[in-house]
Amino acid sequence: MSTDTHETEKREFQEYARRWLTENRPPKPSFRLPLNAIEVMTVEQRDYLQDWQGKCYAAGLVGADIAKEYGGGGHKGFQRIANTEMNRAGAPFLFNIVALNMAVPTILVHGSEEQKRRFVPGALSGEEIWCQGFSEPGAGSDMANQQTFAERRGEGWVVNGHKVWTSLGHFAHFMILIARTSRDHKYDGLTYFLCPIAGHPGVSVRPLIKMTGESGFNEVLFENAEIPDSLRLDAVGKGWTVAMTTLTYERGAAESAGGGGGSLLDPIARLIALAKRSWAGDVCAADDPLVRDAIVAQAIVAEGLMQNARRARVPALNDHPMRVALQQKVVVTEFMQDTARLGVDIAGAHSTLYKLDEAAPDAGHWPLAYMASYGNTIAAGTNEVQRNILGERVLGLPKSK
Amino acid sequence: MAMTQIPGDFGFGADEEMLRDLARKFLDENCPITELRKWAAGDPLAVYERGERPGWSEPLWREMVELGWTGLAVPEEAGGAGFKAVGWAALVEEVGRHALPSPLIATLNATHVLRAVGGSAAAGCLSRIASGETATLAITDSRGRWESFGGDVVATADGDGLRLSGRACFVQDAFKARLLVTAARQAERIVLCAVPADAPGVGLSQDHIHDLTRDQATVAFTNVRVPAADIVSRDAEPVIRAAWPSILVSVSADLCGAAEWQLQTTVEYAKTRKQFDHPIGFFQAVKHPLVDAMVMIDRARSLLYHAAAAIDAGDESSPIAARMAKSAASDAGRYVSDRSVQLHGGIGFTWESDIHIYFKRSLHDQALYGDGVHQRRQIADHLIGPIGPIRS
Repeated sequence: MSTDTHETEKREFQEYARRWLTENRPPKPSFRLPLNAIEVMTVEQRDYLQDWQGKCYAAGLVGADIAKEYGGGGHKGFQRIANTEMNRAGAPFLFNIVALNMAVPTILVHGSEEQKRRFVPGALSGEEIWCQGFSEPGAGSDMANQQTFAERRGEGWVVNGHKVWTSLGHFAHFMILIARTSRDHKYDGLTYFLCPIAGHPGVSVRPLIKMTGESGFNEVLFENAEIPDSLRLDAVGKGWTVAMTTLTYERGAAESAGGGGGSLLDPIARLIALAKRSWAGDVCAADDPLVRDAIVAQAIVAEGLMQNARRARVPALNDHPMRVALQQKVVVTEFMQDTARLGVDIAGAHSTLYKLDEAAPDAGHWPLAYMASYGNTIAAGTNEVQRNILGERVLGLPKSK
Repeated sequence: MAMTQIPGDFGFGADEEMLRDLARKFLDENCPITELRKWAAGDPLAVYERGERPGWSEPLWREMVELGWTGLAVPEEAGGAGFKAVGWAALVEEVGRHALPSPLIATLNATHVLRAVGGSAAAGCLSRIASGETATLAITDSRGRWESFGGDVVATADGDGLRLSGRACFVQDAFKARLLVTAARQAERIVLCAVPADAPGVGLSQDHIHDLTRDQATVAFTNVRVPAADIVSRDAEPVIRAAWPSILVSVSADLCGAAEWQLQTTVEYAKTRKQFDHPIGFFQAVKHPLVDAMVMIDRARSLLYHAAAAIDAGDESSPIAARMAKSAASDAGRYVSDRSVQLHGGIGFTWESDIHIYFKRSLHDQALYGDGVHQRRQIADHLIGPIGPIRS
């Protein structure tokens, strides 16, 4: 295919995506939607989001770059366009986020042909919901310290252990699971499984309550849960390597299979609107120079993130191939945190009000978003661990551990 | 101006990459830190006690002129190379990385204004610049209000020409420039004149500055005669405003390049300097600030290329994009400068270390044409709206 033809096709796809989204974007639901996928709590939220992802998938906006034999669109460079258009349309986010950003890319790299055909289509359509089983009470930042044990028994495995901070676990059909299969080696004793969750004997999912008082993530207990060997991903003892693939996609590439959820500039617009109806002493907060400086500083971070994503795709403007990509997790999550915190500051006296209070600005969004933001600065490798990785892998500094 | 879409890759193509790589190679060979020290930071007493101007290499500058660097941003029809902003910005990054003392950035900034003017007088200046003439902007008043142009120079009619009296302040690399692109007030308007530095009535008085890699001056105009042919614009305010994004991009590129040197030099030190049986970069109190510096530099670089691409596309977003770039570059320069001294410990505090050379160049650039706070104040007017009467 010539470059010109490809460019034309990409333009046509963009026009198609834009048109489809205009015509099909769903009305705002009557209930509150969470800020992002890891906070999906209720069945009505799930149903709404699952329905939306199914429609996007059927329209070719999810899995656009994934091979046709695995249920994708078989294109190249289309997914980024679809993501951009979904953001631009202010469409709901794609909620099956563990599936799209972690399970699918990992299965495509490490899975057998059979596993790819079996799992990828349902993950893309949202029919099969995935959760992640990496964290344990004793394995947080030190992720290789896994204690969940999978014991070989006959043709399969028997799992015992305890996973925590499991977003979407209460809806999940499958979990990407790391378990210890040997106690002799810290790293080489790990194996990666695609573990059934919902209704699976020996697996129980219990809600954990967050500091905001909301549920939304879970702990998952395994008591003699059996997994057939056909659900092992890659070789026995290769779990750490496979997990690194997952984390690379989780932390770096939000564009692997699907997007949505709006632009980074949306929270800036909300901050400005809030400032225009809040007080800073005796003046409107939007007229206060310190508030103005703080809002613009956040707008610059948001624009910087978008331009970073753009520059990361121009090899000539990157001294180190992973330098920008590996930063995005830290910068995005701290941007969301700082922005929410600024909203709290601007709301002033009204920031004390919880969402039950009718006078709470934006239905109590700012303090809740501020507290919820710690989920993201801690999850997927705390930002402190991320800074170690950046310092060591990109800057070449000696390892801290 | 015809609008074209801002390209996804910033329009940074093979030509720009080649220009940048050649510049890096040339400066690696000809402006290593050991040479820079000899020119600029030999004897502290020379500059800071005796008030001498910091040195620079005129032979090296002549080579740069031979390479066509003065004409980088000059349009091809005026004899220049007509590079896009993403091209010359990439080259200026290399200049910043080497902390090169030269009139290149001052000449580029004068070029941006002259390009924005158009017309025959400006075209004449541009072709002289393309053939190697150095230039600088003399547009700032004594209060240092970066965006209030020509405030302390008065122009009065003299036949079809003008007479200039007053002074222009904070003029960059004035002692290296042959051509002073000067703003002056004539009644309600600002005029722009091309004044040769050796014209009768022009007097340069050196500013004693911290930065060792440039000079700065106050230029006094005493009844300086400007013939009609050298009046570049009779309504220069919109012209300078139109060039402002390019001016901010030039300085931001210099800041980004210098900041990357500061980061990499400090990283190298953190890998080799041992305390408590470890290279100090092992400790997270050292490692994490270096990562934060990298994050700030990358933000500034991305915003820099975005602003340059917006300028190239003639996009209306370019003034805000350039202010965002300058804000981010000034803040990145500030943070990495701070950490570069602190993390070098005792040696970082000495004259013997090279750290202070970049620290001072960055400090100068951070203020130049408005620091981060200044840029954000202007962006706020656009993004939030001007500060108004008390709202509801």
